[in-house]
Amino acid sequence: MKQLITFIKKEFHHILRDTRSMLVLIGLPIVQLLIFGFAITTEVRNANIAILDNSKDETTQGIITKIESSQYFDIDRSITSNEQIEKAFKSGKIKLAIVFQPNFQNELSHSNKAQLQIIADATDPNQATTLTNYLSSIVRDYQNEINRQNKLPYTINTEMRMLYNPQLKGAYTSVPGVMGMILLLISAMMTSIAIVREKELGTMEILLVSPMQPWLVVISKVIPYFIISLINVATILILSVFVLGLPIEGSLFLLIASTIIYIFCALSLGILISTITETQQAAMLISLLGLMLPVVMLSGYAFPIANMPTLLQILSNLVPAKWYIIIVKNVMIKGIGIDQIWKELLILLAMTGTFLLISVKRFKIRL
Amino acid sequence: MNNEIVIKTDKLTKKFGDFIAANEITFEVFKGEIFGFLGANGAGKTTAMKMLIGISKPSSGNATIAGFNVYKETEKIKKSIGYMSQKFSLYEDLTINENIQLFGGIYGLSDSEIEKRRSELIAKLNLQNEADKLVGSLPLGWKQKLAFSIAIFHTPKIVFLDEPTGGVDPITRRQFWDMIYEASHHGITVFVTTHYMDEAEYCDRVSIMVDGVIKALYSPAELKKQFNANSMDEVFLVLARDAKRGE
Repeated sequence: MKQLITFIKKEFHHILRDTRSMLVLIGLPIVQLLIFGFAITTEVRNANIAILDNSKDETTQGIITKIESSQYFDIDRSITSNEQIEKAFKSGKIKLAIVFQPNFQNELSHSNKAQLQIIADATDPNQATTLTNYLSSIVRDYQNEINRQNKLPYTINTEMRMLYNPQLKGAYTSVPGVMGMILLLISAMMTSIAIVREKELGTMEILLVSPMQPWLVVISKVIPYFIISLINVATILILSVFVLGLPIEGSLFLLIASTIIYIFCALSLGILISTITETQQAAMLISLLGLMLPVVMLSGYAFPIANMPTLLQILSNLVPAKWYIIIVKNVMIKGIGIDQIWKELLILLAMTGTFLLISVKRFKIRL
Repeated sequence: MNNEIVIKTDKLTKKFGDFIAANEITFEVFKGEIFGFLGANGAGKTTAMKMLIGISKPSSGNATIAGFNVYKETEKIKKSIGYMSQKFSLYEDLTINENIQLFGGIYGLSDSEIEKRRSELIAKLNLQNEADKLVGSLPLGWKQKLAFSIAIFHTPKIVFLDEPTGGVDPITRRQFWDMIYEASHHGITVFVTTHYMDEAEYCDRVSIMVDGVIKALYSPAELKKQFNANSMDEVFLVLARDAKRGE
């Protein structure tokens, strides 16, 4: 026990004396969370659009007023012809254009049909989809208003409700994602580097010759990073509740308990990496390429897993962050209890066990 | 020197696949002796040493270190020995005091014992003003002396030194050897590998390893007589001339 405490003290000396790493450890999560929570968002506001009104009647004016009064669009009034629209798209001045057919109102009242064309700049498909959706729903709204006056016998109104995230805030996906990424990065990368550093400096040899048990060396490396990860979890949760306005719908205890399991998983992955690498650089590269990329690409945080090719969907099951993000989303945002997430928790535990088992095997081979 | 045997090996062998790194090594080392373990690069010195300090398992043969079996009692061996590797082996981002406390703690010394020995050591090395400075800021010679002092801090029966004076100036090397003599006077057996043939002269007995085999094992004076040589350098050259391995 005394050996362990002496050794943990030493680890904290290492961490605290290395100001740069310290900044990364504590500062990175805050910066990431704020960047992903505020700056990177799928919400669209004040998009520049052009309207080519070939009819200029009461109905088209009504629709235009409605579009104007929404906060999503800014209408560029200088554009008055098809050629100008094309130019404006090419120069990137506008994201979307609306073209009303001539005699819009007449057509509508006589044949009950009128054409309205929406042209979107699909170089950014996500944004184009969002904008056309916004616009369609504005036009649908207007249509419902006139229909009410005309009393048509059959109309189907679709009413959409966005559950759990009514304002479609980006932070709802980014907070679980950042948690999954940061915890994995800090726990796995920093522990693997800390262990490999001893190998590289030759001090590991001294420790192996000493009466200190190898597993004690590893545990005392892991504990400081476990504590730092817990501090990070606290800052991330406090920031997301008080700064980003996210709710914690479910049980805070369950959220923290599953986070601790995830941290264990990441730590054991770090130990595994340390058993297969000999230099700090190699450990860092493996952690960054082997962990960061899959977490960003395959965890369902940046890109929906359901849209991926089957092979990638299968591969994504191997990424611990995927399961953790599901847990966080369910507990934090939907307020679901343990009865719905036990499967994910079990998967994380199984992964942790596997990583540890392989590490122990590899550690013995090395001795 | 007395006749108590602290290291005894019997046909100790280490194979890596077909490659025999250490081939049937047999020797004895006595208590308080300074035992020089010489050999060219790749001769198998480090491999042999790793088997003795319990971090490499022998392929065959037998050995007892401080009375303990290298196969079954590695934990007991680890408590009875000290080790200084050729790579510098202290933590550079810890202070001198912290390094001492860390290694004292690892070897299970009590806090009061650590404190007592620490202040003695600092006074002996004349490091009162540097005790709270980071080890990384010390000159290499001081670091080496400190590393040796820490390797024998827990008063082991045997201390293993793997090329301890690499890159150190002659004066510091002389001081370093004074420390080795002192440890030997206190009954600590010193097992040292080295490249410097003048250092071999300081040893009570030396063994010379060539291609995984111990070619000679006598006192420096006997070796010189036997090979009709003026210095250990010449003895070594005669023996190592036929070596097939090496870099």
